[in-house]
Amino acid sequence: MTDTTTSTRAEVCVVACAEIFRGAGEIMASPMSPVTTIGARLARLTFEPDLLLSDGEALYLAETPALGAKSPIEGWIPFSKVFDVVASGRRHVVMGANQIDRYGNQNLSAFGPLQRPTRQMFGVRGAPGNTINHATSYWVPKHNARVFCEQVDIVSGIGYDKVDPANPAFRFHHLHRVVSNLGVFDFGGPGHTLRALSLHPGVSADEVAENTAFEIAGLAEAGETRLPTEEELRIIRTVLDPKGIRDKEVTL
Amino acid sequence: MRDKRMSLDDVVGELRSGMTIGIGGWGSRRKPMALVRAILRSDLTDLTVVSYGGPDLGLLCSAGKVRKAYYGFVSLDSAPFYDPWFAKARIEGAITVREMDEGMVKCGLQAAAARLPFLPIRAGLGSAVMDFWEGELKTVASPYPASDGRTETLVAMPALNLDAALVHLDLGDKHGNAAYTGVDPYFDDLYCLSAERRYLSVDRLVETEELVKAVPQQAIILNRMMVDGVVEAPGGAHFTFSGSYGRDEKFQRHYVAAAKTPESWAEFKATYLDVSEDEYQAAVRAFATQEG
Repeated sequence: MTDTTTSTRAEVCVVACAEIFRGAGEIMASPMSPVTTIGARLARLTFEPDLLLSDGEALYLAETPALGAKSPIEGWIPFSKVFDVVASGRRHVVMGANQIDRYGNQNLSAFGPLQRPTRQMFGVRGAPGNTINHATSYWVPKHNARVFCEQVDIVSGIGYDKVDPANPAFRFHHLHRVVSNLGVFDFGGPGHTLRALSLHPGVSADEVAENTAFEIAGLAEAGETRLPTEEELRIIRTVLDPKGIRDKEVTL
Repeated sequence: MRDKRMSLDDVVGELRSGMTIGIGGWGSRRKPMALVRAILRSDLTDLTVVSYGGPDLGLLCSAGKVRKAYYGFVSLDSAPFYDPWFAKARIEGAITVREMDEGMVKCGLQAAAARLPFLPIRAGLGSAVMDFWEGELKTVASPYPASDGRTETLVAMPALNLDAALVHLDLGDKHGNAAYTGVDPYFDDLYCLSAERRYLSVDRLVETEELVKAVPQQAIILNRMMVDGVVEAPGGAHFTFSGSYGRDEKFQRHYVAAAKTPESWAEFKATYLDVSEDEYQAAVRAFATQEG
């Protein structure tokens, strides 16, 4: 048995990120940060052995190494071929978000007006293509009302209110989970709005509400995020992240 | 076979203000930086740039060379990630942008390479990309209804036709055959296929026989039909990486820090930009020695 005295918030987040991929099968898992990468690798080492994982550059990893470590490879995935995978739908990406709204619209491009922003970030990157083609989840290491806002400035990743039901081109859109440092969410609320699935041990509904600019469905009823098993803790601590990089990403 | 060797400044001499120029590489990876530096030394201006953007776009913005930019992202690929000069140009409203999904850049280049007016793509629908393009980006309905009778309407990605393409590869011959030696060809072949005039810089210029012995055949991504000019530019991708050297992270951070004030930028510019490529490479070596 494990409890909160033996597993940290970051480890709970890693397991919640691994759970994103439960049932994913033989697809490319594309995590975009340390905690989500540890999560995807944990999933492959436990309940999703057929996931494909890349080194984040151009190689498919045959084994499941620690963060930053080398591994034998099993294939080649240069950027041009990533776009082929995106269009094929056989992928689940976990992106970050500077902003995310109740319908799952996400922004990582810039703040302010399109042609004259107040702050410039990356531009839309692959977010429009990811969200319309295959499963997409989000990871927010610092859950606050600036990120979980009423309205995003620039829609990079498309939310449920952008889906045109009359146009079958939108039929692959699926936002699976949002994992933050406070809890696990999906878009199963009324009209595909953000819904609380579980709060991490020690997190109250009030704390989540105070740090979110809109009402979250099911917040009062949400249970507790499951704790890592002994085996998961062992893998996280000794195999995947012995240097504790996860703790630098997760804000308490 | 034609000898296509040129100097960096010869290449820039063939470019004109107002041109649409595609720049190869990706973010801070194998960018034709020596060619970009040569543009900075010239009086070229009013450029439309198509790029998976990195410090190439940043440097061009620092010198006010860019009027319009088509890109999927702009990233330095390592901390602090956001390019300071691109950010400044955007915040000041100095450039018009046609921001798009990363996959749309590839799609637009493929359309141009195949001499098609557009190619359909799913990416972009429902997103702010449609707004970024201010009416220039349209949709197309499939003439083939699905089995349920419904019709898919997709983005009609227009061809990204280029007046010129600038790319940097690791190894090439004087006729324009060239290869990459790292893990990713990026999209340099597509940039060349989409452009009227195609200019290649290489870290190492070798005889054809040596080129084909040095790499697997699949790595020779450019052939003679795809290249008009070849420049031998050792270290020509610096401070981004090329097949034979890594990214100069210290120097890239120096570039970012220098952009912070007019004084620090004036010093950076005097040391690294208002000089020849040889002087740039010497100054970079001095910087590396000094930084240990």
